Formats: sequence, structure tokens, C-alpha cells
Amino acid sequence: MPARGPQIRAVQIRARDWGWRHAGRHSQAVSGLDLQIEPGERVLLLGASGAGKSTLVHALAGVLGDAEDGDETGSLLIDGCRAAEARGRVGLVLQDPDSQVVLARVGDDVAFGCENLAVPRAEIWLRVRRALAEVRLDLPLDHPTSSLSGGQKQRLALAGVLAMQPGLLLLDEPTANLDPNGVIDVRDAVVRSLDHSGATFVVIEHRVEVWQDVVDRLIVLDPAGGVLADGPPREILASQGEQLAQAGVWVPALPPRFPKRHPIAAAQTLLRAEGLAVGRVPFGRRAASVVADGITLNLCSGTATVVTGPNGAGKSTLALTLAGLLKPAGGTLHASGTFAAGIISEPHRWRSQQLLSRIGTVFQDPEHQFLAATVLGDLSIGPRALGLSQTELTSRVDELMHRLRLDHLADANPFTLSGGEKRRMSVATVLATRPRLLVLDEPTFGQDSRTWQELVTLLAELLDEGTALVAVTHDAQFVSALADEEYRLGTPEPIRLGSGAL
Amino acid sequence: MSLLTPTIRPSVVARLNPVAKLAVALIVSCALLLSIDWVSAGVALLLECLLLLWCGLSARQFWLRTAPVWIAAPMASITTILYGEDSGALLWQFGFISVTEGSAQLGLAIGLRVLAIGLPGIVLLATTDPTDLADGLAQVLRLPARFVLGGLAGLRLVGMFIEDWHSLTLARRARGVGDGGGVRGAARRFFGPAFSLLVISVRRGSKLATAMEARGFGSDAPRTWARPSRVRAPDAILVGIGLGIAGIAIGVAVWAETWSFILA
Amino acid sequence: MHATLTSTRPVAAKKPRNFRWRVVDIVVASVIGVASGVIFWAWGLAWSPLSAILAFTPGLEGLLAGGWLFAGVLGGLIIRKPGAAVYTEVVAAVVSMLIGTQWGFSTLIWGVVEGLGAEIILALFLYSNWRLGVALLAGAGAGVAVGLLDTSFTSYAALDFGYKAVYFVSAVVSGTVLAGLLSWLAVRGLARTGALSRFAAGREGSRAPAVAPN
Ligand SMILES: Nc1ncnc2c1ncn2[C@@H]1O[C@H](COP(=O)(O)OP(=O)(O)OP(=O)(O)O)[C@@H](O)[C@H]1O
Ligand SMILES: Nc1ncnc2c1ncn2[C@@H]1O[C@H](COP(=O)(O)OP(=O)(O)OP(=O)(O)O)[C@@H](O)[C@H]1O
Ligand SMILES: [Mg+2]
Ligand SMILES: [Mg+2]
Repeated sequence: MPARGPQIRAVQIRARDWGWRHAGRHSQAVSGLDLQIEPGERVLLLGASGAGKSTLVHALAGVLGDAEDGDETGSLLIDGCRAAEARGRVGLVLQDPDSQVVLARVGDDVAFGCENLAVPRAEIWLRVRRALAEVRLDLPLDHPTSSLSGGQKQRLALAGVLAMQPGLLLLDEPTANLDPNGVIDVRDAVVRSLDHSGATFVVIEHRVEVWQDVVDRLIVLDPAGGVLADGPPREILASQGEQLAQAGVWVPALPPRFPKRHPIAAAQTLLRAEGLAVGRVPFGRRAASVVADGITLNLCSGTATVVTGPNGAGKSTLALTLAGLLKPAGGTLHASGTFAAGIISEPHRWRSQQLLSRIGTVFQDPEHQFLAATVLGDLSIGPRALGLSQTELTSRVDELMHRLRLDHLADANPFTLSGGEKRRMSVATVLATRPRLLVLDEPTFGQDSRTWQELVTLLAELLDEGTALVAVTHDAQFVSALADEEYRLGTPEPIRLGSGAL
Repeated sequence: MSLLTPTIRPSVVARLNPVAKLAVALIVSCALLLSIDWVSAGVALLLECLLLLWCGLSARQFWLRTAPVWIAAPMASITTILYGEDSGALLWQFGFISVTEGSAQLGLAIGLRVLAIGLPGIVLLATTDPTDLADGLAQVLRLPARFVLGGLAGLRLVGMFIEDWHSLTLARRARGVGDGGGVRGAARRFFGPAFSLLVISVRRGSKLATAMEARGFGSDAPRTWARPSRVRAPDAILVGIGLGIAGIAIGVAVWAETWSFILA
Repeated sequence: MHATLTSTRPVAAKKPRNFRWRVVDIVVASVIGVASGVIFWAWGLAWSPLSAILAFTPGLEGLLAGGWLFAGVLGGLIIRKPGAAVYTEVVAAVVSMLIGTQWGFSTLIWGVVEGLGAEIILALFLYSNWRLGVALLAGAGAGVAVGLLDTSFTSYAALDFGYKAVYFVSAVVSGTVLAGLLSWLAVRGLARTGALSRFAAGREGSRAPAVAPN
């Protein structure tokens, strides 16, 4: 394969009545798709969660697999040949940043794609440095990839694909885990790279406002098959905005309604952190390496506290510590008498059962939490561990599945869900046990506006009933909708916000 | 750092080509496998220990890494002393068990041999970054890149077992199945995550394969290598030293008339 | 031969067989190989005291051999491509060797031969029958391979014929049970969790049950 300079050949995409059904599923992920994307076009691909967006970009990158992996109908051509044959002309960043680190060192990982495209060695390292600088991942080339935060991994994956300088650049929710500054940085990096290369570009992102000014075209996938809308962003959003918002698209002019809060009882302190330091204990060591300290927080019933801050600041580590899963690296963390209700006051010394009825945790990576082979089975584990009766269990689980739009997936394997479905499912597992304190790590990423609305409404109801909520998030809308207090990592005191129960 | 992906400290041995190190370990082991006698094993072990001074492992790391052979060697040795082929004067007898001069000597030989064969391999692993080893295997030995890099990916995933184990136990604790249930519960808590670990690695493997393909991996088109792996003069010297150790060990044993060819 | 018995699901049977290794085949085979290698290594540590106990018996040490045979059968049953058994067994042997065993480089040779033992059986069934019987036979095949190796090239070579025969038979039995039966059960367990959804091994037979065995 010849080395590509800046003048790469952009790719053309043509779909004729294309469809795909994943092996083991009854319904089509995508069907009846007719589409033509010209070389150099920049497209924002939208659609409800589970509409088949990721499936489509996987197909474009030629990584959906063969007849063993599912049934294909119609045709999907990249520059006139089948996608699997065009592999290498296409670069894809997957939705899940955690699972795409290939090599053990940052520099090697970015170089991997270039090596596969047979780029000459001297040029590879130039490209690697440039790509890392573009995504603002300021780490030495031999930094180990196993100790990156979620957002850092996402930047790494993006750098790896930018360095390939592909003719077709496919990004599947590239900014879902990034801090707000990072979103702009990364978008600008992508645009600079595209201006330079002229490649065709397809990006999936639920938040329309991030990309709407830099793409030429919006395509909205219909979950029922085919395309719901297709055309220049401004026109589409103006003429069909109402209808698209109904279908779950985040139309900037029609933001989702924020739920009204009706607290029914006065706030009580549940958990109090004073001068808390958080960190993880590295393998083979005794002492934790501290990533954030001096944290003073008061978590009260009926109150939502959000934790924000840049990637790698230690938000997830703080969340796991507050949830009683990691031992504090310094300072104190004590449950109040009413919350502990007769057991020791330090959450990290509670037994698993005691934790279950008090604190519910949603991990940043939903896959860490899945225990059973079906959605229904997994949702039942918590209530069963609490010893609930079968009727109680069924009614709780059914209601959750219905409200979070998971009912049609009851028998599906949790690991095969779409990104947004996985996230909703992991939130549902926690809600099923109705704990008094909820710790959620990025609960809304990857949600379309409808499922976002449903999730936020559900959380608001729980808050009104007196549940305390801590959420780590980069989602500004989530903060405005629910937060009573914002704790920005790095500042000494929480910022008190308007609305709340306080 | 994890079980299979060590942190490498810069040292003379760490900078050598992994393929050369592999060759040395192979040469020395093969030479020692040909005979069971305490002289050849002892001489080889002594010479290896001199080499180990340059390997750049900290004392802690060295003992941690080589612990398995230090456990295995006395075990193998004791087994042979007690049950090995008897010859010479009887030293001790208890029922079936008899210790003779011959079996004691054989036991010593086996113990030394286990150490002399085991140590180079382990030091090789502890001073070699798996990525560099893969580079060497593909570029110097020209093994197929698809398999070398696929294997490397597998190694890295399993190397993260300890971190995964940690996350899995955290998650189980959060989901209310982290403790309780007495002995059966404890067994379930061990086998549950152990099986989950296998499940998660297979799953990670499947997804990582997709990610690798998404970056153009897996076609038969030629690829380049960002990190060159070359055999240089120091590597040749190392192989020479390996041949030397093997030769001296066998030579001394033959001279001392303790050499006994295993197939003879 | 029972080659015709596989067509329980018409959909699966119609698809053309593809013997080229996909990237996912390589990576997952490697993962299984490396994980098995860690178990091989632990088994090697446990082997010394166990074999010391069995040393009183006439050749029953062969019963322990199966602990090093399951990787190949497991890999073969999951990947279902030519070479999978040899590849997985060799990767496992190399990994246990690199962590450190008392057998050093001979581990590699043993790995190749044991892998071939299982591979030949799978090949005899044309890589198209994956039922329990074949799994047991493949385990037995690996047992035959290690039995032959051990009784001709290790310290057992010096023993009486009767002793060797007992050793050989117990190695085959051990291979059948530890490598054949356990691997088959493990594949079934893995398939139930949905982890093998990208492999034919994970898709045939029953659909996912309601709750996983947790
Ligand atoms: N590997 C798989 N096996 C089986 N079903 C799958 C697999 N991947 C996705 N699906 C299913 O196919 C449908 C489409 O999924 P896809 O990931 O393409 O959705 P999406 O539009 O990207 O959603 P999201 O916005 O939530 O990421 C979903 O119902 C999902 O559960
Ligand atoms: N498993 C781990 N082992 C070692 N270090 C880790 C691990 N996970 C994270 N770190 C390090 O700890 C620091 C804090 O990580 P953490 O995941 O808490 O960040 P975060 O604020 O949640 O970031 P993000 O917004 O990107 O998710 C980072 O510098 C990261 O490199
Ligand atoms: Mg998706
Ligand atoms: Mg985080």
C-alpha cells in the first residue's frame, strides 16, 4: 500500500436497501437503508438509542464480521467495493473507549494503525506526535495505557485513528466521556485534520449542537428502518425539528423539559466527608497513590450533588470512595446515625448486603457491573439478594424496564446491548434495590433526548422521595436539571446552586 | 505493572534483543536437558549467576519473580532423594522410602538443574517488554504478524487479570453478592469471579479484535514496524556467552566424569 | 463417523465453512492460551507434592498429566478452525515456561506434541463435529501423545513395561476426563454467558437461559 501524504483520496459511500440482523437477535438492527455520501462530505448521524447507528458505522469500517456474525441484506459499498475489502481506507473510533487500547504504551498504541497501513517508520513517529498534540493528550510516549482515566482513553483512541489519516473517518460518540473543554478541543482537532486531509467524515453524536456548525449534512436513522431525515443541518432542524425531537434527537432549539421538584421531607445528612483524600492502591504496593484530596462534602437526603472536573481529575475514584468501595486514602468519611442505622459508620467496612440497601453505585464502565446472561436476570439479582418476594421483585423490575425502554430486551445478553442501552441497564440495576444514596458515574452519557428525559424524571422522583444523589458528570444539562450542589474537583468548597431542597 | 507485563528498568540486559535472550535460554536449557548430573548443572548455574548481576532487576523483583523455581527446586530435589533410583550405600530407610548415596546425589543434581534451567527463562521474562519480544519474533524470526500481535493482545488482556479482579470484586460488592453465605459463599466468591474473569477476557478479546480491525489490522497487506528490532553486535556476544556457558558446563562435567547422556 | 449429526440448526448448516482464522479467532485463542498457561504453571507447582504421593503406586502419576492437556481441547472446541488446538496448547506451554517451570524449554516440545494429539482427532472428524464424544476423544488423543512422550523420553523410560503401561493408560484416562470432559463443560458454561457470541460454539444449541449460574 502506498504511503499517503496530505493529499489522500476521500471515500464515497453507497447503500442500497442495506440491512443487518445480528446473529442471535430476532429483529433487524438496520433495515432498508438507501444512502449516498459523496467524497469529502461531512455527516452527522443521529437517531434514537438502539436505532442502529453503531451497527452502520461498524459495517462501513468492515468490522461487522461475516455470515458467522449476522445476516446482511442489500449492498453497502465503499468506493464501489465491499466494505470488508476497503479496510484500511477507513478509520473507526468505537463507542467504548475502554476496549480499544491495543498496546501497552501510549506511543505504540497510536502508531498501531499507521503500521498496519504500511506507513514508513520515520513518518509514523511524526504522525504519532502530531496526533497526540492534536487531541491534547500530554503524556510521554512510553506512558502505560493501563492507567488512563476514561476520558484519556477516549483521546488516545482518537489520536490512533487521526494518525492513520484515513479516506473515511468514522467516530462513534467520540466526546461522550470528555470534559466540556475537551469536547471543543477534540472537535477542533478533528476539523483541523479534516481540513488538511479532505477525508469523508461520519460522526455519531447525540448532542447536535457540538457538531452542527462543522458538518454539511444530517442523517437521522429511523429505528423502524430506513432514514427519518436527511439534509443540511439548519434546514432539517428548522423544518422537521418538532418531529425529530419526538424521535429522540437533541434539537438545540427544543431542549428537553426539566422535571419539577416537590421535596416531601426536610433534608437530613446521610454521609459526611471531611478533608477526604482519594486514590487507588497500585498493584504490589501498600499505600494508595492520592489523586485528589481536601474534599469536604455533605450528602443529604433529597439532595443532588454533582461532581465535575477535567478528565483524570479523580472523579471516578471519588465516586467509588463515597460509595464505600475504595478505602479513603486520607481524611474521614462517616455515615450519620440515621443512615448507618446501627452499624459501623465507615462505609468501606460495611458488608456487601449492608451496602446494597444503603448505597447503589453505577460504574463509569457499565460492563463491570453485569453479572447475569440476560437483562431480566441481571436486574433481578439485587432485589433477590435483598430477599424480596417474587411478586414485589417482578413488579419493580417490570416497571424499571418499561420506564427505561428496555422491555423489548428482557432476554438479550447485557453485553450485546447498544451503548446507551447498556448505560440505562446499569442505572436500572441500581434503582431496582432502592438504596437511600445513589452514586452515579456519568449516568446520562450516550442517551437520546427521550431516554435522557425519562432518566432525569425518574431521578427527580427519587430525590423527592428523599433519596440522596451523587453524580459524576460532564453533562451541563444534567447539572441544570437536577443539581442542588456542584462540587468541582480542585476547588475547596462545593458551589451551591439555585434550585434545591436546602 | 501486572503479572505478565513487567515494568522494565533500563539495564544492559534489558536493551538486548529479546530474540537473542530467547536463544540463550534455549541453548543453555537444551544443553542441560541432555544430562542429569550435579556438575554440569552447578557450573551452568554459577556462570548464569554472574550474568544475572547485569540484568538490572531489583532484589525484591528478583526474588518475587524467581520464587516459583526456588520453591520447585527443593521440592523436586526432595522427591528424588526419597523416591529416586537407589544406588550406593544406604543412608536412611523408612518403609518404602530409602535414601541412598546415589539418590541423594541425583536429588542434588535435579535441584541444581531445575534452578539452572528455570532462572534464565524467568530473567528473560522479567527484563523483556512483551511488546519488544513480539517485535523481535515478527521482525527477526519473521513469524506471521497477525498471530504475533494477536498473541501479544491476548497476553496483555490476561496480564490485566489483577486489575480486572479488583474491579469485579468491587462490582460484586456493590451489587450485594460480595460476601456472606459461609463456606459455600466463599467458594462461590472465588469461583464466581474466577469464571467471570475468563468470561470477561474472552469478551474483551472479541471486542479488542474489532478495535484492531477498525485500525486496519488483519489483512494480508504488508505492514511496517514503528519500532525496529535488529540483531546487533552485543546480541551476538550474548549468544556467544550462552554457547560458552553450555560448552563449559558440559566440558567440565565430561572432564569430571559425571556427565551422563540422558538418551544413552 | 457422526459428521451428519451437527445439522441441528438448519440456519447454521447452510452457511459455508470458512477455515481462515479471523482476527477475533486469533485474539481469543491467545487469551485462552495465556490464561491456561497460568493454570499450567500453578499445576506444575502442585505437581511435585502430588506426584510424590503417587510415587508409591505403580505408574498412577499419569493421572496428573491431564492438567496440562486441557488448553488444546478447549481452544479447539471454541475456535473450531484447523490448528486451533495446537496453537492454544503451544501458547499455554510457552506462557507457563516464561513464568517459570522446572522443565524449562522441554515444556515447549511437550506442548507441541500434546496439541497435535488433540488436533488429529478434531481433524479426523473434519472439524465439523463438536459433541461430547469428540471432546472426550480429543482429550484422550492428547493423553496418548503425552503418554508416549513421557514413557519414552523422561525418567519413566527406564521403567518396566508393566509400569509404563499403567502410566500410559492413566495418562489417557486423565486426558479424557480432565482435558476432554472439563473442557466441554467449560465451553458450555462460556456459551451460556454469551461470551462466545462471535463464535459458532456460542450460538448453537439453546438460547440464553434466564439467569446465569452465579
Ligand atoms: N453484537 C451484538 N449482538 C446482538 N445484538 C446487538 C449487537 N450489537 C448491537 N445489537 C443490537 O442492535 C440494535 C442496534 O444497536 P446499535 O449499537 O447499532 O445502536 P445505536 O444506534 O448505536 O444506539 P446507542 O445510541 O445507544 O449507541 C440494538 O437493539 C442492540 O441491542
Ligand atoms: N485502574 C487504575 N489504575 C491506576 N491508575 C488509574 C486507574 N484508573 C485511573 N487511574 C488514574 O487515576 C487518576 C484519576 O482517575 P479517575 O478515573 O478517577 O479520573 P476521572 O476524573 O474519573 O476522569 P474521566 O473524566 O476521564 O473519567 C487518573 O490520572 C488516572 O490516570
Ligand atoms: Mg451506539
Ligand atoms: Mg471517570
